[in-house]
Amino acid sequence: MISRFFNLEWKQYFRSSHWQKGIALKIVMVIFALYFIGIFLAIGVGGYFILKKEYPESDPLQLVNSYLLFAILGDLIFRYLMQKLPIMNIKPLLILPIKKSKLVHYVLAKSSASFFNILGLFFYIPFAIVLIKEGYNTTGVLGWLFAIILIIQSANFLNFLINKNNVALVIIVAILGTLIGLQKFDIYDVTAFGGQIFDGIYANPIYSFIGVAILAVLYHLNYKQLRNLVYLDEAVSQKVEEAKSADLSFANKLGDVAPFIKNDIRLIWRNKRTKTVFLMSFLFLFYGLIFFTQKTYKEMPAMLMFASLFITGGFALNYGQFIPAWDSAHYKMLMSQSFKYRKFLESKWILMVVMTSFLYVLSFPYLYFGLDIFLMITAGAIFNVGFNSLFLLYAGSFNRKRIDLNKGGFGNTQGTSATQFIIIIPIMGIPMLLFWLFDTYVGGNAGYIVVASIGIISLLCKKYVMNYIEKKYIRDKYLMINAFGKEA
Amino acid sequence: MITIDTISKKYGKAEVLNVPSIVIPKGQSFGLVGNNGAGKTTLFNILLDLIRPTTGAITNHDIVVNSSEEWKNFTGSFIDESFLITYLTPEEYFDFIGDLRGMNKADVKKFLAQFDEFFNDEIVGKKKYLRDLSKGNQKKAGIVAALMGNPQVVILDEPFANLDPTTQIRLKQIIKKLTENREITVLVSSHDLTHVTEVCERIVVLDKGNVVKDTETSAETLKELESYFAL
Repeated sequence: MISRFFNLEWKQYFRSSHWQKGIALKIVMVIFALYFIGIFLAIGVGGYFILKKEYPESDPLQLVNSYLLFAILGDLIFRYLMQKLPIMNIKPLLILPIKKSKLVHYVLAKSSASFFNILGLFFYIPFAIVLIKEGYNTTGVLGWLFAIILIIQSANFLNFLINKNNVALVIIVAILGTLIGLQKFDIYDVTAFGGQIFDGIYANPIYSFIGVAILAVLYHLNYKQLRNLVYLDEAVSQKVEEAKSADLSFANKLGDVAPFIKNDIRLIWRNKRTKTVFLMSFLFLFYGLIFFTQKTYKEMPAMLMFASLFITGGFALNYGQFIPAWDSAHYKMLMSQSFKYRKFLESKWILMVVMTSFLYVLSFPYLYFGLDIFLMITAGAIFNVGFNSLFLLYAGSFNRKRIDLNKGGFGNTQGTSATQFIIIIPIMGIPMLLFWLFDTYVGGNAGYIVVASIGIISLLCKKYVMNYIEKKYIRDKYLMINAFGKEA
Repeated sequence: MITIDTISKKYGKAEVLNVPSIVIPKGQSFGLVGNNGAGKTTLFNILLDLIRPTTGAITNHDIVVNSSEEWKNFTGSFIDESFLITYLTPEEYFDFIGDLRGMNKADVKKFLAQFDEFFNDEIVGKKKYLRDLSKGNQKKAGIVAALMGNPQVVILDEPFANLDPTTQIRLKQIIKKLTENREITVLVSSHDLTHVTEVCERIVVLDKGNVVKDTETSAETLKELESYFAL
């Protein structure tokens, strides 16, 4: 039976939509994955030496130990927010002659190999190996590592027990807050206390077996709880979200584009991926902090321009690049309705412009970094409103990949094709290059003026450009309908 | 034999199902009819121990379905496409289920050969995952999988929906053949009165969770049902 389950897992993984992609995208994703694994390994391997260098008078293991308690609580909170028991997978197996107890063990065992449990090991295992190499007691280190793994696994199962119980979350956050408070205001030395526990395990590795007992108890409690919930109206149910209708009548003022605007607002708010795009655009507001606070970038005006474009352009770039693929599922329906194509495009344009302007207003606090930076953000915003919003609409007519809105938000690359990579050149590259040229060779405010003027000129030509874009969309209508009709 | 005894299901205060007693003898072809929300799928789900009843119990061949799982060995069922393992090819899916039902690859192949006509060359050997098949073809695969391993009881929820006319007719033949020897009990739910009166010897009508009609199928049944639902 186990081999069958394993076989299913294997197929599920390699046949998932993650792998059904073009080779170029696969390569990019593998590079990303390797990059992150590399970083973690580097921290794990290098961690010992970094700590040794920064804090020469203390022992790196003790240092790590003293903060482990915080790490564990933080991990629990992170899990609480992100981790879910992968129970939907067993639905097809419910009507087959397989004992429910077996299915429950399968789900639980599967959870213990989840990403959340593996990630930390990329740090702990190399760290432990370095410790042994550096002459620490081998049994002690192995016992310590064993205890850590048990704690991670226990956290895994504890999380499912308290799952979605907000009281439990409040308690964990309160404990973490109190511990940090006690430490911060020197009331009680939590790090010393936490350190003692884990130092104790290192000294007497036999203690790590207490973890086995804890893990066994937690696993058993999970098993008992879940075994009683393997029903379609309990754990194995798809949560049906309650439909919430907000009053969007304010959009009616926009006249005949209003129906599309309203539809777009609902589309963005009611689908995971678009919602992520929307919320992420506010995160992009902080992008500047990375660049403006560091001296290295002060000398690189092109990079500062890059950041400035991102601050106000987060929404326009991330949403705009997939126009009209967001509507791919119902594109056929749209095309069978009677409306001016112009209105459809116009509504997307308004959405991008309004959001960019709104983000620009929110970026006013960047004045703190001086007028130069602020002017740069302003020039970037004008460029985003004028040039980028139109260009993204145009580029959208090359989108030929369907987007399934029901699929998750993070790391979802559905709908991505070469278009998305190529458009970076004009929307980011041109302003960066022009700014750099005029800033270095002409000086003064020339850089800002050039970038902003391109935006303004585009805005003035909007009517003509829109005519052209509209024609292009109408010409490509059948190609798009055909492409969007194909399963992603 | 299947005995449904004082089964009810409540969600909060709303009662979605209330069936005092239905006894389905071995070998009967049993049809369940009703409008949306009548409780057909709920009843099947309880019968398959996929949800728990608020009161009562269902016995399937002397086994109380929510206290032992032995009934799974002789019960085949297909509820809807969400019960398919969609990342498998149909062949892999049949092999997997055959495996669970004690059939080796050769058995599975032999078994599937009977359904060549039913599949109409659209299921096997297509190099497609189940998720990429049309709804109708997914259903065909699910129905045939439910018949694997000589089940004593076959439960099909809305088997005719999404099927093309030819396949509907073939499915009716398959169901009739199953109950021919009065060895296999078949339970079918449907919205299509014509199909269900054609294949089922007994029809139960549910309305808002209650049994409102329980009749042996005769020449007049279709007319009776049509006039009942026309109201």
